[in-house]
Amino acid sequence: MQNFIDAYSQVNLAYLLQGLGVTLEVSLVSIAFSFLIGTLLGVARYVNIKIFSPIVGFIIDLIRNLPLLLILFFTYFALPNIGLRLPVIPASIVAMTVFESAMLAEIVRSGINAVPVGQMEASRSNGLTYTQAMVHIILPQAFKAMIPPIVSQFISLVKDTSLATIILLPELTYHSQIIYGQNSNYMIPMFVALAVLYFVVNYALSLISRLISRRLSSGVR
Amino acid sequence: MLNILVNNFPELMSGLGYTLMSSLIALVGSLIIGTAFALMEISTHRWLSVIGNVYVEVVRNIPLLVITMAFYVIVPQYIAQIDGFTAGTIGLTIYTSAFIAETVRAGIQSVAVGQMEGARSVGMTYTQAMIQIIFPQAFKIVIPPLGNQFINLVKNSSILAFVAGFDLMYQGKIIANATFNTFDTYLAVGVLYLILTMPLSYFMRYLEKKWAVA
Repeated sequence: MQNFIDAYSQVNLAYLLQGLGVTLEVSLVSIAFSFLIGTLLGVARYVNIKIFSPIVGFIIDLIRNLPLLLILFFTYFALPNIGLRLPVIPASIVAMTVFESAMLAEIVRSGINAVPVGQMEASRSNGLTYTQAMVHIILPQAFKAMIPPIVSQFISLVKDTSLATIILLPELTYHSQIIYGQNSNYMIPMFVALAVLYFVVNYALSLISRLISRRLSSGVR
Repeated sequence: MLNILVNNFPELMSGLGYTLMSSLIALVGSLIIGTAFALMEISTHRWLSVIGNVYVEVVRNIPLLVITMAFYVIVPQYIAQIDGFTAGTIGLTIYTSAFIAETVRAGIQSVAVGQMEGARSVGMTYTQAMIQIIFPQAFKIVIPPLGNQFINLVKNSSILAFVAGFDLMYQGKIIANATFNTFDTYLAVGVLYLILTMPLSYFMRYLEKKWAVA
């Protein structure tokens, strides 16, 4: 018990929260970028342009089937080998964005697929161009259906930032390792703190997602 | 890249072997644990379903790395001496079991309620109905998502690199450090991972399409 009281000293807690700040910062920036890129890629794959769409699709599949840890290693350790050296935080953001964009592209594509074909046909027959119909009619409806999978992807992202410990990104897991590295009695308290902090953040996210999708779906009926 | 592949072939293959072994053990383990927790979640016993739900929610919301590291650093300190491979595989099993529990639960619940009622009314017990009527129907629905879980498992097994688990990622790290040729090494490791995951992923997509029509 004494271990817990000592481990959760003000200094240590502040240090952990600082790590949580970096975790959230990297996650937020990455999700924002990957949302943009993922939407573009998802649409690019959906519209089925000859040669172009299959290539985009293949690249998405390649990235989705690689471990994020490998992409992280690649951005931080392998790119300097060909002359592109990124600092830790940008490297983490780039790696997360590359991986998550591919994940989100698939979510966007299946979201668009879920919108009834009649919507596109009706907009086209009303005189909208394909692009107009996509932007104003199809995507808004698709996004609504995509909120739950996007949020759960965001939750994975928050969890996955812990992998960046290996390139010494000063996030939550790394900070806890530093604390229990100094005093092994703090090991269990630190893992408890990690579990609680990650759980609180992610569970809050999933509650928000449920709230949003309930509110949106009540509007449609 | 070919250079790296040829010169370090035995190491890479042994890494591939450990990756596959860890993934397969974790798959079997998490199928058993996951199904057990799925059954608890849908149980009519209030406490069982609370325990099932709490387990799934807690495990799903904690990073795999945290779970794995907990086994790697805490267990040897206080309980028993275990190596990185074991700790990593246990971590993978527990983490994946929560996702499998969700998949299996959704599969069982998607089988119409009337099936269970019908089975019970012709005199089967709950267990008999579950095993002989519900599971076979849920199986088909659950296979594609379970396949995707296995792909995730193969990818996630790279976590073993954190705990010296001799997997593909770990071997890649060692080769990269020895040759200084990080670019080609990680490219080679990537290709090896893709050889494992890509065919599986296309096969699962094919199954999904085929069974969706039926």
